[in-house]
Amino acid sequence: MFQNIIMLIEKYWKVFLFEGLRYTLILSAIAVFFGVILGTFIALGRMSNFKPFRHIYYRKSKFKFVRWLANFNPISWFCSLYTEIIRGTPLLLQLYLFVFGLPKVIPIDADYFFWVSLALACNSAAYVSELFRSGIQAVDKGQTEAARSLGMNKAQTMIKVVMPQAIKNILPAIGNEFIAIVKETSMASTFFVGDLMTSYLKVNGVEYLALEILIIVGAIYLAVTFFLSKLVLAYERRLNSK
Amino acid sequence: MIQTIDLYKSFGDLQVLKGINEHVAPQEVISIIGPSGGGKSTFLRCLNMLETPDSGKILFEGVDITSEKVDIDLHRQKMGMVFQHFNVFPHLSVLENVTLAPTVVKKIAKNEANEQAMELLNRVGLADKAGESATSLSGGQKQRLAIVRALAMEPDVMLFDEPTSALDPEMVGEVLDVIKGLVKNGMTSVIVTHEMGFAKEVSDRVVFMDGGIVAEEGTPDEVFNHPQNPRTKDFLSKVLY
Repeated sequence: MFQNIIMLIEKYWKVFLFEGLRYTLILSAIAVFFGVILGTFIALGRMSNFKPFRHIYYRKSKFKFVRWLANFNPISWFCSLYTEIIRGTPLLLQLYLFVFGLPKVIPIDADYFFWVSLALACNSAAYVSELFRSGIQAVDKGQTEAARSLGMNKAQTMIKVVMPQAIKNILPAIGNEFIAIVKETSMASTFFVGDLMTSYLKVNGVEYLALEILIIVGAIYLAVTFFLSKLVLAYERRLNSK
Repeated sequence: MIQTIDLYKSFGDLQVLKGINEHVAPQEVISIIGPSGGGKSTFLRCLNMLETPDSGKILFEGVDITSEKVDIDLHRQKMGMVFQHFNVFPHLSVLENVTLAPTVVKKIAKNEANEQAMELLNRVGLADKAGESATSLSGGQKQRLAIVRALAMEPDVMLFDEPTSALDPEMVGEVLDVIKGLVKNGMTSVIVTHEMGFAKEVSDRVVFMDGGIVAEEGTPDEVFNHPQNPRTKDFLSKVLY
């Protein structure tokens, strides 16, 4: 078996590294990058204070529905619905939906890779938005009050006071999210998009050495996630020592 | 300067303010005393709209700031607030804590803001800490910094929300001294406090709040030495000062 592994590495190392690992990292990077952008908007949406029916505001209204409607925030509602749906359904289902379902609704000429990246980004966005939200809410409410009492508006308070403190909680969490995504991209191999798991399928199709190839591929995944988690840890240490 | 008319505020089913009518005159120093849960802090926080009252009006320099049409940020610049838990900005240096609002809100040039901040820090004995992180300060220093931070906006009135309640006993004095200095220079102040001796010394008027109403008010001599309301008597008899 050991000889087989050596043989496989010698013969296919380019496939594993320059194809498999490369696509895995590209997919993860795309997913997290767009996930962070989209996730930021979702988090802001959830925490927004948009109440279009406020003018029916009737504080002492006897009708529960009226009070509910006056406080109803459709943007926040939609954003939490999105997060709940994404977090409550399997990633594999979402991948199928994006690859086989969406092209029927959105008729653009794109390959599997595009749809898979989109699915991963949308999935990641839901998780990232929760990281943002908890990171921001972990900042003491007194900080906001102090800033507002000085006459700073909401945006200034957010940018100058809350975010700089929240980012310390959020960045390591996003690092961990990236690690999780690296592993989750393996599901993309269902659609043969070229990631590490796809390279397993490819090589195994020729060599029929499932165990050996899985060990190699697994070792690569492990090396990447191990390296990344050390990176996150080092960053956290640096923050704490400050 | 500040006038409240029939202020009501509830948190859920709990009625915290039940019709407060108060008036703060320019250069007046008012201490608000009373048992916990009596609505003191809520009342103070209503004055700069950190809490939105359910009904009633707050006139600040002639403008009803409870109105939704009012740009509250503009009026808050004129009201400094000091919190029980200091709420200094931990991600900034001592100097930056002071200059943040003037540079961001008033758009004052950085070096001008720095100059003004150093002058203020000097006044409270924190000039040598200017470059340090705000987290490295002691409680008393943090609260002095918080006071200076509010002063940097050149407010017309200062609101103090139990400024010494979270301090170690040996640090209470240094913070009270700073407040006394301010008050002597004619700063209009509303102070929620449990420091009865301090209230007695600095106030023009003492307001005793209990159960969401102003149960008694008057000069320090009237309230502390000749309380009329049985609840005031009861409260003062339980408090050491």
